[in-house]
Amino acid sequence: MIEALELLANTSLWAAVLRIATPLIFGVLGALLCERAGVLNLGIEGIMTMGAMTGWLTVYMGGDLWTGLMVAALCGAIIGLLHAILTVPLGLSQHVSGLGITLFASALAYYLYRLLVEVGDLPPTIEPFLPLDVPFLSDIPILGPIVFQQTMPTYLALTSVGVLAYVLARTPLGLAIRMTGENPHAVEAQGLNPILIRIGAVVAGSALMAIGGAFLTMAAFNSFFPEMVQGRGWICIALVVFASWRPGKALVGALLFAFFDAYQLRLQTVVEGVPYQLFLMAPYVLSILALVLVARRAEVPDALMTPFRRGER
Amino acid sequence: MRLERRSHVPLYLVITAPIVAVVIALTLAAGLIAAAGVNPMTAYAEMLRGALGSRLSITETLTRATPLILTGLAAAIAFRARLWNIGGEGQFFMGALMTAWVGHSLGLPPVLGVAVLLVIGMAAGAALLAGPAYLRLRFGVDEVVTTLLLNFIVILFVGMMVEGPLRDPMAFGWPSSVPVNGDFRLPDLIARTRLHIGFLIAIAAAGVVWLILSRTVFGTETRAVGLSPSAASFAGISLPRNLMAVALFSGAMAGLAGSMEVLGVTAMVTTTMSPGFGYAGIVVAMLAALHPAGVVAAAIFVATVFVGADAMSRATGVPSFIADVIVALCLLTMLVALLFTTYRVRK
Repeated sequence: MIEALELLANTSLWAAVLRIATPLIFGVLGALLCERAGVLNLGIEGIMTMGAMTGWLTVYMGGDLWTGLMVAALCGAIIGLLHAILTVPLGLSQHVSGLGITLFASALAYYLYRLLVEVGDLPPTIEPFLPLDVPFLSDIPILGPIVFQQTMPTYLALTSVGVLAYVLARTPLGLAIRMTGENPHAVEAQGLNPILIRIGAVVAGSALMAIGGAFLTMAAFNSFFPEMVQGRGWICIALVVFASWRPGKALVGALLFAFFDAYQLRLQTVVEGVPYQLFLMAPYVLSILALVLVARRAEVPDALMTPFRRGER
Repeated sequence: MRLERRSHVPLYLVITAPIVAVVIALTLAAGLIAAAGVNPMTAYAEMLRGALGSRLSITETLTRATPLILTGLAAAIAFRARLWNIGGEGQFFMGALMTAWVGHSLGLPPVLGVAVLLVIGMAAGAALLAGPAYLRLRFGVDEVVTTLLLNFIVILFVGMMVEGPLRDPMAFGWPSSVPVNGDFRLPDLIARTRLHIGFLIAIAAAGVVWLILSRTVFGTETRAVGLSPSAASFAGISLPRNLMAVALFSGAMAGLAGSMEVLGVTAMVTTTMSPGFGYAGIVVAMLAALHPAGVVAAAIFVATVFVGADAMSRATGVPSFIADVIVALCLLTMLVALLFTTYRVRK
């Protein structure tokens, strides 16, 4: 029991929280942006897998790390565009299309990986993003090692939260996006095109998701392998509901979730006689519990999952 | 240009839609096969030969189709009522696990024992989907996310059981559960192949589902709920009761798939016993346009792609993941094809 509490005093736990939260922050922001415009994007799991593969592959083929992130974002955007075309102008079921996108994007990522990469006994590796050592700041006791010794994408994720929160809440573009998610007919009455706004939001959101996936292979690990996204995309979809579709709360949700994940990993080493699978289940069980707690109070965008057809009510 | 709903969907469109969808998907995948430096026609010929070229390969394909028919039915039943059950994979594993668990030490005459075990598998699958259905009814929690997350939880649970209480002490290598009592193995349909009478049970299940959906009050109510929940409610149908019944029915089909896979093929449970039967069931259901009879045909098609791709991969070196790409593409192209069966394009 004492040991379980001592874990909490360890700075490496809190540094791990930020690291584990990073792909979730990107994913949850991406999903949130799509849903704020009225489109549920269940392609997230596949888009993250695609981002993880293409970002890694770019570096493996000789590109630098930032080029890798951009390629991942671009591939995510392209797959997002496919989901957008199917669900926005064609108005197809967002559930089924999203699942189809996930199945397609993950299968394509595995296929291309097998085709282009020679895999021996161990998967090939790249030189990933390394933790920074911010001068002076990283020497601050406790806070330094936790906050100022992360990799660049983690800071990018934290910045993105602020940027997205600002854009959604304070800019005309953000207002248009939110209104498209609430009442696309009102958007059209304002002389804007809700179809273009939705497509744009899904494409941008998918690019964010792909960067989240790329973090896994380019900072958290240094290689790609099938099934590595491990349901993180689905957890992000749950976190959006938990966050009531707000970027700030999404950050809190991602951090909270990452804390439980980091803590259960360390608990496994001090608690004996409990099957490790029970610890691994905890994040998924918590996601479901979180949904149950907030679902009744959730402020769902009114037009979420309602296709917009001109002249149809 | 705009879309206009057809007042009547002609039969030829219903039949041609999946064929056109499959042809387009295969054409798109041909580009990826060409990228591997292999002639797509050669690759597809190898696939056909690998899946249907010999007596043995045909039985292998039908063996693979058996669980797909049932997970396809599970998805079709649920999707018709707009219950988004994406948890077929978890329900499959739950059915398999409970069957192996009880079947290891059950002392009953063979025929009765098999019947009991199949019912246990169905109950396990149904129970697993009842949870998300209850959460949706009681708390308004979206079942897509809960069923998806439950898949991960169940597979971890299976791992825990086969490494712990259900571990087979005689097994080498990967952990697996204790085997079911040999008396309860489903008999082979064709001697010296893996094809078992479960294939006929699956086809019978498709027939039963079709009868229930088209000839009973429950079926009519389900269709009404799927078409318009508010109209159905106004007509006096209890939406919660119908949704829960649909959930139990759908989960039972996926659980039956897992149960029969244990009794007919593997005899035990491992965490790797399903190459995504639950997820592929969704594709099967969509290719069948959610029709039970179509599910049988679509399941055999998807099984052909999976079995054929393995053989083709060995012969040509094209990664066997091409099967997953083809199946996923079929889902997307079918979705678009369905749009054009219900809508027509007007200038």
